[in-house]
Amino acid sequence: MKSGVAILTILAFASVPLWLRDPYLMNALITTGIFIIGAMSLNLLLGFTGQLSLGHIAFFGIGAYVSALTSLGFDVGLPFGFRVVHTPWPPIVGFVLAIVVAGLCGYLVGLLSFRVRGAYFVIVTISFAEVVRLVALNWVELTQGPLALTNIPSITIGLPGLGYLTLRNKLQNYYLVLAVAVVTYVLISRLVHSHFGRAMRGLMENETLAVSVGIDVTKTLTLAAVISAGIAGAAGSLYAHYIRIIDPEVFAFINTVTMVIMVITGGKGSLAGPIVGGMIFGLLPVFLRPIMAPEAQWIAYGGVLIVILFVLPRGIVPSLALRFAKPRSRVETVVAPVAFSERDAKEHA
Amino acid sequence: MIATALKVEKVAVHFGGLVALSDMNFTVGEGEIVSLIGPNGAGKTTAFNVVTGFLDPTRGAVSYRGTALNGLKPHQIADLGLARTFQRTSVFPNDTVYDNLLVGLHRQGRVSLLAAILGLPRARSSERRLRERASELIEWVGLERRAYDLAGSLSYGEQRLVGVALALAAEPSMLLLDEPVSGMNASETHTFVQLVRNIRDRGVTILLVEHDMPMVMSVSDRIVVLNYGRIIAEGPPDVIRNDPAVIEAYLGQGATRA
Repeated sequence: MKSGVAILTILAFASVPLWLRDPYLMNALITTGIFIIGAMSLNLLLGFTGQLSLGHIAFFGIGAYVSALTSLGFDVGLPFGFRVVHTPWPPIVGFVLAIVVAGLCGYLVGLLSFRVRGAYFVIVTISFAEVVRLVALNWVELTQGPLALTNIPSITIGLPGLGYLTLRNKLQNYYLVLAVAVVTYVLISRLVHSHFGRAMRGLMENETLAVSVGIDVTKTLTLAAVISAGIAGAAGSLYAHYIRIIDPEVFAFINTVTMVIMVITGGKGSLAGPIVGGMIFGLLPVFLRPIMAPEAQWIAYGGVLIVILFVLPRGIVPSLALRFAKPRSRVETVVAPVAFSERDAKEHA
Repeated sequence: MIATALKVEKVAVHFGGLVALSDMNFTVGEGEIVSLIGPNGAGKTTAFNVVTGFLDPTRGAVSYRGTALNGLKPHQIADLGLARTFQRTSVFPNDTVYDNLLVGLHRQGRVSLLAAILGLPRARSSERRLRERASELIEWVGLERRAYDLAGSLSYGEQRLVGVALALAAEPSMLLLDEPVSGMNASETHTFVQLVRNIRDRGVTILLVEHDMPMVMSVSDRIVVLNYGRIIAEGPPDVIRNDPAVIEAYLGQGATRA
């Protein structure tokens, strides 16, 4: 039944361009889709390992810049008179490099901060995003700084037997984003249902016990960070080649917050959560724009967030899943965590 | 003479100025059931944490089958065949008992990540083996009826059994049990003693930390008594039962004369 729902959802999304002709809405759907991929990668960390990355946009932005620079080429002077000259490569290579470089950054950040974890991971990720933003802003020779990288080429894909196709219009980009989103979903789903996913969940639920059954904490968390960062990098690359212009504002803290909100409202730790949360908060501005000033839109955003979390505290998907679950398991799943937290409270007292 | 499995030599643990353990020496032979007892605060759990690598001793050395455990991480110690249970937190509360066991079988299920993601035959057959093994372990501790309930919803005694099954999942050659029967009623305790004997009969060495005296006396081959961070007596249950130092530690001075 579950795979039936998944196939229907994919078909529904795939049919959108057939009946939706409004280019503005298509644009909103594509950028929303890109952010949903980012939110899914964030969910892998936040929902399945419990680690909050408040600088997740850094991996997204690094992916965007790496991909853009790979396909634009650059000529940069380094200390001691060295120069690095790079001639443009096809955007698809940029896409792959974006994943690799973002993943490497995830490895470094993970290695640095997972020794201490929790709040430290949050702090390291925020700082990391801010440092990367400052580099992007000030290394003008490489990134053009606030002048932005412009004229980023669109992605070209080779089709067997059909030659090459450059994805210029919204329709093509929509399907590209949809395809990457589906692959991401399947990847994360396979991952969390594998022994590796169980190790992550075990660490989140009871770290002491997880360690005692032989789970290597640092290795598991770092691997999760690498995969999460790599996916965020892929989303960033899609963003760069679709928008075709990027500036250091891509690293703004508010972008990370948007992804966190998407994950929390949709339901962290649920595979479909970021998609539901992402659709709501990605498309909300579209509907609010005609009736509200930009400042008021943020307030409305906050209002919707509060209402959702008040009515469905676990996030939309897990809460609805509980409501529609069979009565027997509903009672158990509702009662169990409460009973446990009471005992916890007593133990801490 | 039985071969020595676990050897604790001159171990001392200080927390700042507090001496939790001073100069502790004891050994556990292969296939033995040894209990570590003592009044509250005697240093039992500290000793336990040192042996399982959750705490580094200030001085001294612990070795298992000739390998020094100093400086090893808990997961490396688990790799040597030592598994433990915990006093309080013994389960993954938000997963079913069955899924708990699958997490516990982590060390057995190491296929490459890529194989798992691509769903290669190797990964699938490994997954199948894990599921069979998980069912076996659940049966072994007698929790078949609870297999698909959330572990957090189980009674205290049942959670202890999950904890033991989790420790056994690592296929240890030595099992360390930290107050396993506290919170259990008499019949649960009786069943548990049976289970401990069964585990030993499978060739697993057992070190037990416990408060429940009748349980300790009935199950142990040898007992080590700690008080104020020192060993005050060591021997088979019959000797310990009548040892004046032990009686004094538990009942206070004067009890020996009464």
